[in-house]
Amino acid sequence: MSTNEWPLWEVFIRSKQGLNHKHVGSLRAPDATLALENARDVYTRRSEGISIWVVESAHIHATDIDEADAFFEPSDTKIYRHPTFYEVPDGVKHM
Amino acid sequence: MTQAEKERRFQEKIDKEIKIEPNDWMPDEYRQTLVRQISQHAHSEIVGMLPEGNWITRAPNLRRKAVLLAKVQDEAGHGLYLYSAVETLGTSREQTIDDLHSGKAKYSSIFNYPALTWADIGAIGWLVDGAAIMNQVALCRTSYGPYARAMVKICKEESFHQRQGYESLMKLCSGTPQQKAMAQDAMNRFWWPALMMFGPSDAASTHSDQSIKWKIKRFTNDELRQSFVDATVEQAQILGLTIPDPNLKWNEERGHYDFSEINWDEFWQVVKGNGPCNKERLAARVKAKEEGMWVREAATAFAKKRAMKQSA
Ligand SMILES: [Fe+2]
Ligand SMILES: [Fe+2]
Repeated sequence: MSTNEWPLWEVFIRSKQGLNHKHVGSLRAPDATLALENARDVYTRRSEGISIWVVESAHIHATDIDEADAFFEPSDTKIYRHPTFYEVPDGVKHM
Repeated sequence: MTQAEKERRFQEKIDKEIKIEPNDWMPDEYRQTLVRQISQHAHSEIVGMLPEGNWITRAPNLRRKAVLLAKVQDEAGHGLYLYSAVETLGTSREQTIDDLHSGKAKYSSIFNYPALTWADIGAIGWLVDGAAIMNQVALCRTSYGPYARAMVKICKEESFHQRQGYESLMKLCSGTPQQKAMAQDAMNRFWWPALMMFGPSDAASTHSDQSIKWKIKRFTNDELRQSFVDATVEQAQILGLTIPDPNLKWNEERGHYDFSEINWDEFWQVVKGNGPCNKERLAARVKAKEEGMWVREAATAFAKKRAMKQSA
């Protein structure tokens, strides 16, 4: 038997209250409990976190890198979504 | 898109300092170079635990023991970050480790030298981790995203490794004449192997040019080695230790220290498996895998049992 039977887990850490969990890396473990414990030992040896999420890598769905241009095109073409698109006279304040 | 077109776009990204991520298109040779380099790096972290691990139970006091234990734990973590980075290139973790055990994959030749005295532990922290840091700081800007991110995390953790070694030698150097002699002896034995850690000279290095073009490496072996020598000379003076090289001297014109030619014969002998500890190190890794098998099996069985209980 090999560790290959252990799934890969992605590790997300909240470094402090008020911040998002952020992806920090991955590890292999037989289940979620051990994945959390291993993540603590490997990724938070210097108080890097106050909360850990682990997600089996197989459960992550991602956008296709080859389709990225087409996929994100709608947001690239709508410059009027940005405040700098609009002209406002110099004297106007608090806007 | 033709192959040539893909390669051109790839190089364009590299030139523009855009990182390459796991699912991006990359030339096969780029992938292979990374697999070789990152796995070799991962193996070095893991094998590197062996010479120091031997001294944990023999550390002279509780403080030094806790420090050494923490350092060796860090190295295990470094190994894991790097094995994970190799896996993002589509290789299997198990295969990567088996390649080390079969002798197919290499690791840093430095770990094939024994740690004979307590002073060696100080010298390893100061010189070996010091040389590793020189290399790793440069790799924080490597072109492959997962490798660069692993390096940033590793570098943050490394600096205590070098400092604790230096501090430990400082203590010995200000101790009895015997302690000072022990420190000098460690320096004598570790200086040249530490310089060899940067790999073959640029003239003899087979992979260097392409790796620089792909920005896997940012500096050549000789450039990094020179930076290390330049940084270390003064540190040795402060310790009151002599660097075992009669030709070491400041070259005003170059703005660098000159030093003797490395004994490349010895370097290649150790790389080829004939160093003082090659067999012992590999045997220890194979034994750890075999004798740790039951732990992994038990963990799997326990996970299954827990899952059954939860669904019941
Ligand atoms: Fe390390
Ligand atoms: Fe280290």
